[in-house]
Amino acid sequence: MIEYAVELEGVSFSYDGETVLNDISIRVEKGDFLAIIGPNGGGKSTLLKIMMGILKPERGEVRLFGKEPGRNGPSIGYVPQETGRNLDFPITVMDVVLMGVLHKRNIFRRYNAALRAKAQEALKRVKMESLSGRKISELSGGERQRVLIARALCGDPDILMLDEPTASIDFSGQWEIFELLEELNRKMTVIVVSHDMSMVMGFAKHAAYVNRSVVMHTIDAHTRYQIKRQLGGHEGHYCGAEFWRDMGKKIECNEECRHA
Amino acid sequence: MLEALQMPFFLHALIAGALIAVAIGLIGPLTMANRMTFMSGGIAHATYGGVGAAIFFGFSVLAGAAAAAIVAAAIISFIAYRHAHRADTAIGIVWAVGMAAGVIFSDLTPGYNVDLMSFLFGSILAVSVTDLWIMAAFDLIALAVVWFYYYDFTALSFDPVFAKLQGVKTQLLHFLLLGLVAMTVVLSMRLVGLIMVIALLTMPSFSSERFSNSLGRMMLLSMALSTIYIVAGLFLAYMYDLSSGASVIIVAAFGTIALFLIESMKIKGFSR
Repeated sequence: MIEYAVELEGVSFSYDGETVLNDISIRVEKGDFLAIIGPNGGGKSTLLKIMMGILKPERGEVRLFGKEPGRNGPSIGYVPQETGRNLDFPITVMDVVLMGVLHKRNIFRRYNAALRAKAQEALKRVKMESLSGRKISELSGGERQRVLIARALCGDPDILMLDEPTASIDFSGQWEIFELLEELNRKMTVIVVSHDMSMVMGFAKHAAYVNRSVVMHTIDAHTRYQIKRQLGGHEGHYCGAEFWRDMGKKIECNEECRHA
Repeated sequence: MLEALQMPFFLHALIAGALIAVAIGLIGPLTMANRMTFMSGGIAHATYGGVGAAIFFGFSVLAGAAAAAIVAAAIISFIAYRHAHRADTAIGIVWAVGMAAGVIFSDLTPGYNVDLMSFLFGSILAVSVTDLWIMAAFDLIALAVVWFYYYDFTALSFDPVFAKLQGVKTQLLHFLLLGLVAMTVVLSMRLVGLIMVIALLTMPSFSSERFSNSLGRMMLLSMALSTIYIVAGLFLAYMYDLSSGASVIIVAAFGTIALFLIESMKIKGFSR
């Protein structure tokens, strides 16, 4: 029997009377790597927030690992969109990551040594352990995004949900983040809102195109392999134009790729 | 200048200044990080309505001000949370209506001619011993609340959506914070004044943010800066017979600009 991480049935949502999502039904299998794509204002972030339970749908049902999304369900690792809203706020990398275990503090609402060790461990997984004492505003966009991923990992999530994690990062930074997500996907379900089509096609297993309604696409291993190889060959300069040009070229399939 | 210290009223003012600096140092950074300066302004002006009502009905000004401040904080917190897109408008309304109520009440009070301006801009003469005890008690409460909810407040300030997902009761903390702002405003009213206190909530926080890597350090620095600004402002007010709140704010403004320039030069110097 297939186990589902996320199930949406007949979900609708609107802001101030304007329909953003209309009668959406999708299922995301456990262990999937789903990319949510689509135009700005099409409802990508809204869909993600409904899946997490931050927003309640007007109609329809949402289930996260078979349960209603809420506090007692499985742990969600949420990586919000980098807005720069509070970039100047004085907080160290360590204290940001510790936010991922806020709900596990002791009765004095303090973090103990075990939680701090866990946070350090999470930083290690994103290769940021050496910067744990730095102020968050001193990091680059890519580094900050890694810290936010570490924060999400710190709570031992069953599912990782990311909202535009590479929106303000250069190509190689994006590539590294998606490689990290691919690695994390071996152990957990990953859902990522993104408009970097090349990254989505190279790494995600499924893509949900959201524009009020949803169309699901499967990205097979063959396509992923080919696109990733194309991306990798461009050493940090692979813009949309090159991507689409290369899409037009015939991609030869070798032995390695057939078994990818 | 030092003969001022022999005046009991001036000593009271200095002690009050130090006690207020503690509250300001704790609450100011949280106000700034949560973008509550305009909300604080609304509360401060609405508090004037409570002052007017207290004078008209003849009960304690402190009680009237506290009641009005808490009601204003509750209204603003509720609207900011439930109808965020109209929070701005609501704050503006609370701001002006509270102020208007204060003015009308004092107009209606027969024969009343105590300088109402002193509630707006502060007076060096206005602090009583009872006021000092109340301020000290509030400092302890504020310290306890901030210590207990330290990481919750940190999370709320840095990333409220994530904090909420982690089970932090963000709406409660939002109201709690505005309640603390309200009480800080009320207790600073005598010495610094309702309008002036807003600038004191922001300026030390603005400077200390740049020199801190944690909320706690930012609070300690803000306390130190607030103490310096208030004490210096009070001496200035004493020597030249000025409104104490206004003097404090002008000193704070010079301090803030100086620190900003120092920090800018430091960044240029090391060109990080």
